[in-house]
Amino acid sequence: MSANETSGSGELSSFGGASSLSRSAVIPARRLVNSLVPPDNISPAEIDHSCCVPMLALFGGAAFWLVVCSVLGLVASIKFHAPDFLANCVWLTYGRLQPAADDALLYGFCLPAGLGVALWLLARLSQTTLRGIVVPIAAANLWHLGVFVGLAAILIGDGTGFAWLEFPRGGSVPIFFAYLMLALWATMIFAGRRERAMYPSQWFLLAALFWFPWIYSTANLFLVAWPVRGVAQAVIGWWFAGNLLVVWTGLIGLGAAFYFLPKFTGRPLQSHYLALFGFWTFILFATWCGIPPGAPVPVWMPTLSAVAAAWLLVPLLAIFLVVWQTVRGSIMPNWNNTSFCFIGAGVDSFLLSGLMLMAMACPQISRVTDFTWFGPAETQLRLYGFFAMTMFGAIYHLLPRVVGLEFPFPKLARAHFWLSLAGVALLVVPLAIGGVVQGLKWQNPNAIAFADTTKAMLPFLRVSTTGLLLMLLGNLLLFVNIMGLTLRWKLALLKQFTAFVKSPLAETSAGASLRDEKEAQA
Amino acid sequence: MKNGFLVFLASLIALGGSWCGFVLAPVLQLGGGKQTTILNSSGLYPVDRPGMANQGLQVYRANGCAACHTEQVQQSGVACDVVLTGAGKNPEVVTNLISSLKLNGLDKDLADALVDKITAAGGKAEIRIVATGPDIDRGWGRRHSVAEDFLYDDPVQLGNLRIGPDLADVGMRQPDANWQLVHLYAPQSEVKGSAMPPFRYLFRVKKIGSAPSPDALAFPKDFGPPAGYEVVPAPQAQELAVYLLSLHADVPLHNAPFSQSAAVFKP
Repeated sequence: MSANETSGSGELSSFGGASSLSRSAVIPARRLVNSLVPPDNISPAEIDHSCCVPMLALFGGAAFWLVVCSVLGLVASIKFHAPDFLANCVWLTYGRLQPAADDALLYGFCLPAGLGVALWLLARLSQTTLRGIVVPIAAANLWHLGVFVGLAAILIGDGTGFAWLEFPRGGSVPIFFAYLMLALWATMIFAGRRERAMYPSQWFLLAALFWFPWIYSTANLFLVAWPVRGVAQAVIGWWFAGNLLVVWTGLIGLGAAFYFLPKFTGRPLQSHYLALFGFWTFILFATWCGIPPGAPVPVWMPTLSAVAAAWLLVPLLAIFLVVWQTVRGSIMPNWNNTSFCFIGAGVDSFLLSGLMLMAMACPQISRVTDFTWFGPAETQLRLYGFFAMTMFGAIYHLLPRVVGLEFPFPKLARAHFWLSLAGVALLVVPLAIGGVVQGLKWQNPNAIAFADTTKAMLPFLRVSTTGLLLMLLGNLLLFVNIMGLTLRWKLALLKQFTAFVKSPLAETSAGASLRDEKEAQA
Repeated sequence: MKNGFLVFLASLIALGGSWCGFVLAPVLQLGGGKQTTILNSSGLYPVDRPGMANQGLQVYRANGCAACHTEQVQQSGVACDVVLTGAGKNPEVVTNLISSLKLNGLDKDLADALVDKITAAGGKAEIRIVATGPDIDRGWGRRHSVAEDFLYDDPVQLGNLRIGPDLADVGMRQPDANWQLVHLYAPQSEVKGSAMPPFRYLFRVKKIGSAPSPDALAFPKDFGPPAGYEVVPAPQAQELAVYLLSLHADVPLHNAPFSQSAAVFKP
């Protein structure tokens, strides 16, 4: 809270000039409006500093939920090797742990981290400071409260039973309103931009801001509040999950990548038109993906999904070309930049998981991969390999800048990169290969019993458990660094405060403007 | 693209289109909740599950059973089986004839020709329509799952990962309530090497009083509680078992046909 007030007063002081100019009409409402209008000549450092507290609130909580996700996922994974492990504990049964781990990754880490990165990127690209930071800070806290309630509800057996939408009302309502507040603030930053021409990242980020409220409210209204009947529930569930896991993460992640990669390589994005083409085709086709080919629904639905998934090759190629032509020749010089490595690995995972998605939508292939571990492998590659890794890269780049202090253990970032990369590889590769092996065995019902196919999966699962362990270690490093940075920042604030108390009384500009206002009223 | 309004418009068109396609259209097409008629019968399908089974569905949801089990059987096609229903006057001729022929998994024309052949030899034969595919061969169902099967479920628990077997027809495969309960309490006692975690928290182990409880489970050898104790299912376990027994999609429909078993003649 002390942080809050400090930066608040800093903002006031920078507007001292503005309010003393319009002395004649000093009313609180006018002051509020003035505080939302950006002044001229803002330096990047000022923009960064204005984002400080909301970023700490969003990323700090996100890093915590990421550790929670890893712990829950690891415990769930151990149950494959020892079904009796923690079996007497009601709220740690596999069917509750796994959805809780998934939601902790998606709603605990991915969404708040993505929103934080989007806010900062929009502020930087619009060359405006983030104003009225009380609202994003409150929203971040409301968000984390919602995630806490939602996860607790899943563990006590109150989950809704719909994949990726498990949070009941107590969790979904807070995160919905928190999202609206953050999206509104991000839109206001954009509306107050001083550079009128739009950079491609802005298209992606703005579309993502708009996407989530629509799909989340639709899914909650049609599935939880007033559930529709029958298998229409499943169709809406797939539509929602596809739009959140593929489209939303794609828009935010690519928006960030299209900002950072040109920045690191020093080459402009190659080219804006191709990126725009990728944006259009991506939102046009990816939004129709998600209905599995064998689903017990009218045939036109999976057919439409399969066609859309085939067309997904077009945006994937466009995005590949944009990224490749932008980073070509700059990979080795940037090899020591951990953020570059994270985002590069993220974009690679995006393309690879896109190809896996296309394969799973193809009826000939899905006959083998349906219901196998191939599906979870794709999801993990997308959520962790692509989205979380891209966000890690962005966070390691921007957080020291917005706080104005270095990370306490900058070298751990590199360790985090290698642990994540190895962890994702060990998690995804065995599950994908194991999934195909499993699917091929299922094709042979007369020779291979089902129980044997389950047993044959165990070696693959053992490797994936190791992958989860490495990811947990990596995530702990991120958590330690962010918490350490927050502690440093608080200590610095405390030092400033004590220096301020000890220093002789001096007239600050804020004090002066307040005095001016009083004189004017008198 | 110079201003934000165009981005908004682009998103509105793309997302609005898929919203109409995969939210509005399914609700209009499937959300009406009409029953359908059973093939070759005037009966209606499906009927609502009994109340206890609906409570069991909530236990199924709360414990996340759908994380490991699907409730959707798939099939790759349909085929015809020719079944001998009578041998007529010359049973030996007919038996000799069919012993040299392939009778299962035929297409319609071949099956018709075969029936004609058997009829010409004096026997009686019928064509039966059967669903084909790995799931069907595993005995997980008589036909693929269709939208009608889930009309009364809320939430619909289709699942998307088979860590365990499909459950769309588990009530037909294992109609014994005691088997279901014992399997929930100690999966390895009924399925050797099962990877399913035990759900002991849905049961109580208690000392046998003056008379054993009528609900107590009957265990296979070596798996029961210590002597003098019995395992009694909590209401939740009983509801879950009733729900599992209510899972049987064993009715032929127009969009998922199969022939009910006829009286097969065994020479």
